[in-house]
Amino acid sequence: MRGASARVALAVEGLSIRFGGLTAVESMSFDVKEGEVVSLIGPNGAGKTSAFNAITGYLPAADGEITYRGKRLNGLKANRIAELGVVRTFQKTSVFAGQTVLDNILIGLHLRSRQYPIAIILRFPFVAREERELAEEAHEILRFVGIDAHASELASALPYGELRLLEVAIALAAKPTLLLLDEPVSGMNPTETANFMKTLARIRERDITVLLVEHDMKIVMGVSDRVVCLNQGRIIAEGAPAHIQRDAEVIRAYLGERYARAQD
Amino acid sequence: MKRLGTLAGLLFLFSIPLWLGNFYLLHVLIITGIFIIAAMSLNLLLGYTGQLSLGHAAFFGIGAYVSSLASLGFAVHLLPDWLVTLDPQPVWLGMACAIVITGLCGFAIGKVAFKVRGAYFVIVTISFAEVVRLVALNWDELTQGPMALNNIPPLSVVIPGLVDITFVGKPANYYLVLVFAILTYAIIARLVRSRAGRAMIALKENEALAASVGIDVTKYLVLAAVVSAAAAGAAGALYAHYVRIVDPNVFLFIYTVTMVIMVVAGGKGTLAGPVVGGVIFGLLPEGLRSLAIAPEVQWIVYGVLMILVVYLLPQGIVPALRAYRQRSRSLEPQDAPGANASARQAMP
Ligand SMILES: Nc1ncnc2c1ncn2[C@@H]1O[C@H](COP(=O)(O)OP(=O)(O)O)[C@@H](O)[C@H]1O
Ligand SMILES: [Mg+2]
Repeated sequence: MRGASARVALAVEGLSIRFGGLTAVESMSFDVKEGEVVSLIGPNGAGKTSAFNAITGYLPAADGEITYRGKRLNGLKANRIAELGVVRTFQKTSVFAGQTVLDNILIGLHLRSRQYPIAIILRFPFVAREERELAEEAHEILRFVGIDAHASELASALPYGELRLLEVAIALAAKPTLLLLDEPVSGMNPTETANFMKTLARIRERDITVLLVEHDMKIVMGVSDRVVCLNQGRIIAEGAPAHIQRDAEVIRAYLGERYARAQD
Repeated sequence: MKRLGTLAGLLFLFSIPLWLGNFYLLHVLIITGIFIIAAMSLNLLLGYTGQLSLGHAAFFGIGAYVSSLASLGFAVHLLPDWLVTLDPQPVWLGMACAIVITGLCGFAIGKVAFKVRGAYFVIVTISFAEVVRLVALNWDELTQGPMALNNIPPLSVVIPGLVDITFVGKPANYYLVLVFAILTYAIIARLVRSRAGRAMIALKENEALAASVGIDVTKYLVLAAVVSAAAAGAAGALYAHYVRIVDPNVFLFIYTVTMVIMVVAGGKGTLAGPVVGGVIFGLLPEGLRSLAIAPEVQWIVYGVLMILVVYLLPQGIVPALRAYRQRSRSLEPQDAPGANASARQAMP
């Protein structure tokens, strides 16, 4: 799947995003191929989250084309884009805080469920059966990210590290084929970060394509097939992790001299 | 165990007319029951989708008027030379029309809420109720305006050779309202414990995240608004055929406020909340009156109690009781697996 011959999953072409007079992203073009892990890096304010928002239907693109598996995403509502298999997490921690961890996942399983209002009200037999299957599946997802022990706790009561895992679990429940993670390990301690890297490896084993925004270079360099570096809304470099690490422009704009020296 | 409790509760409710000799009290229970249906319907919107409808009395009033007009018949000039007439219809058909038409109104309001949320939704619903009230007040030819619709027939159900009941008198209407209340409760309970209810809760808790997992939040907001409005409309129709007179005052803001108080005090977003709140704030005025307190003092007591409940139990009575029960349970020594189970049970 990682070979150059793999098919393009996500294609972003000439994407521009503006907030009034401010241009957050300027004619950005990049591809993510099926099965790849691509990282989007760059300093704060570079436009990474804005790009995520445009791809997933939370912001209109001022210009450019976004296509996923040949289908144009521009103008689609966020929930329609999720139906196409493109699911994202949020930079700012985002869960259904007043619900239990299990219910958070059950909400995330929305697209996996076939119940409709009349069947629910008249209690058709398949509804109860489906509810049991969904609960089963929810626990499986919680086990996958390693927080099943917290299933019946309120999400708001979770420790920070588990909370970030819950966010990923909610996204996984929506059965993504392309998962966009916006700074998933920010705020995690080193042990939690190391565990998250393992989880990420198992996510890609499930044939889920990943687009990652992350500042932790150990993760970025460790998991990415390719890295796209953004600065002030423009792509300044793109390539294999090893190549990006040595790119003079990337070092100047983002990584810094000290990081570059530490690598040698 | 829980089943048994429910069954005992239902048996108790059904037994009340058998031993309660006081017809005035039975009347109070009927009116309270009708308000509880309306409060349950409001709770679906307010407690589950998080949208405050401050025009909920509009659905109640439309239900009352539609059902009354259909069963009384009418003749109105839609244009100077275009007369539309309707012969009196059976009451059950009128009630069905009331439910369908209020459901459609809910659909329209839900669609509007697609564009406006929060404070704007509140304003839209208030305006809607006010417009409907003005129509009821001023369209004399249809509604008799402030003269009120009189002599509204009671509901009668006739299946030749099988059933022939006319719901006049207190006990019959008590049972009618009780059955409608149970049906409403069951429908809402099934909805909120399903995929649809989870989608509504997701909308209330975190709309952006809900959309990110593929939930069409508008669709579920509209569903909640339709069911909510239809149930409120049914309550209004029950009211009309019980008191048998309807005037534009059914649209008054105070009725919406009463429903909101019942829901908020009882506990929004819980199934039992509007029932508990409805029982307390429906029976309280009568309780105070029976203590022979002056009406002004009654209202002051009512208001103070309301403020106390909201101040001391901001989540409402039902969630507060649950939290209390859970705390006292977790103080007892217990074996490990029980801990999770009790936490789960505490969820609505
Ligand atoms: N909703 C918004 N309104 C106005 N400006 C915004 C908004 N969101 C982001 N921006 C601006 O767009 C630029 C890119 O921000 P962002 O995409 O969040 O960057 P990153 O995720 O790379 O840190 C920044 O200058 C930021 O201030
Ligand atoms: Mg960001």
